[in-house]
Amino acid sequence: MEDFFELAGQKFRSRLIVGTGKYKDFAETKKAIEVSGAEIVTVAVRRVNITDPNKENLLDYLDPKKYTILPNTAGCYNADDAVRTCRLAREAGVGKLVKLEVIGDDRTLFPDVPATLDAAKILVKEGFIVLPYITDDPITAKKLEDIGCAAVMPLAAPIGSGLGIRNPYNIRIILEHAKVPVIVDAGVGTASDAAVAMEMGCAGVLMNTAIASAKDPILMAEAMRQGVEAGRKAYLAGRIPKKLYATASSPLDGMVS
Amino acid sequence: MRFFIAMRIKINGEDREMDNGLTLTALLELLQIRPGRVVVERNRDIVPRDTYSATLINDGDTLEIVHFVGGG
Repeated sequence: MEDFFELAGQKFRSRLIVGTGKYKDFAETKKAIEVSGAEIVTVAVRRVNITDPNKENLLDYLDPKKYTILPNTAGCYNADDAVRTCRLAREAGVGKLVKLEVIGDDRTLFPDVPATLDAAKILVKEGFIVLPYITDDPITAKKLEDIGCAAVMPLAAPIGSGLGIRNPYNIRIILEHAKVPVIVDAGVGTASDAAVAMEMGCAGVLMNTAIASAKDPILMAEAMRQGVEAGRKAYLAGRIPKKLYATASSPLDGMVS
Repeated sequence: MRFFIAMRIKINGEDREMDNGLTLTALLELLQIRPGRVVVERNRDIVPRDTYSATLINDGDTLEIVHFVGGG
């Protein structure tokens, strides 16, 4: 069965979006991403080290022809900086897709929602394909969808926390109302967390730390790929309802007596 | 002996002294930065890549040279 993840008119086979931060080196980054099966990878925009510029570049390891590069605005604490970062990213020539995150506080890394809305308005107007990182708030999700964001990306839990989906009921409400893809972004800890998100009907899952900081990132990348695939299949297959009492699996007819 | 008058510019937050009459292409070459992998902002305006060789750096310019790094 063909099951594509559609994002802003583009079709992807993989529903796992992975970050490129926190790996031990670019070789490990490359290997983990290959094993994860991800087709969309997030990157950050930072100053070149001008005193030692001859270092290797991330894009030497991630061919933009093979992967869809999703620049983020991580580290931006206001709308202006986030917009500026997106404009810089676009000039790099990897497309119009951006992961918008405007951080509200460095301890929780929760988003500054009003600033995120402000930045999204500007970016959509400028033709960016905006994927905003948000709290698991259905109202914010709706507002961002109305602004014209191509997806909404509620967090499962704080970035890098590995807590899994803390409020599945809010994610469910977001899913019920959203007409754009809902991608769970941040807070996933292990493969079952990713599977849960997919079983609920999320269009995809975005993660970085859960893979990059695992003891064996390559093996975890594989586990995440399988977790996302398993969850997606279970969602499409339609799970049985939960019941309090047993229902026998074997026929009652023909019992020896 | 110097043939050019030095100018002061700021690159990625660092003060640098450069010779006058430098184009952006020449500056990147001097800094050993591959132009295809970076984006340059001059005084808050993005410099389109196809204009690097025609872009003259002026005294007092503030440049930001950025690229993609690992991130989530």
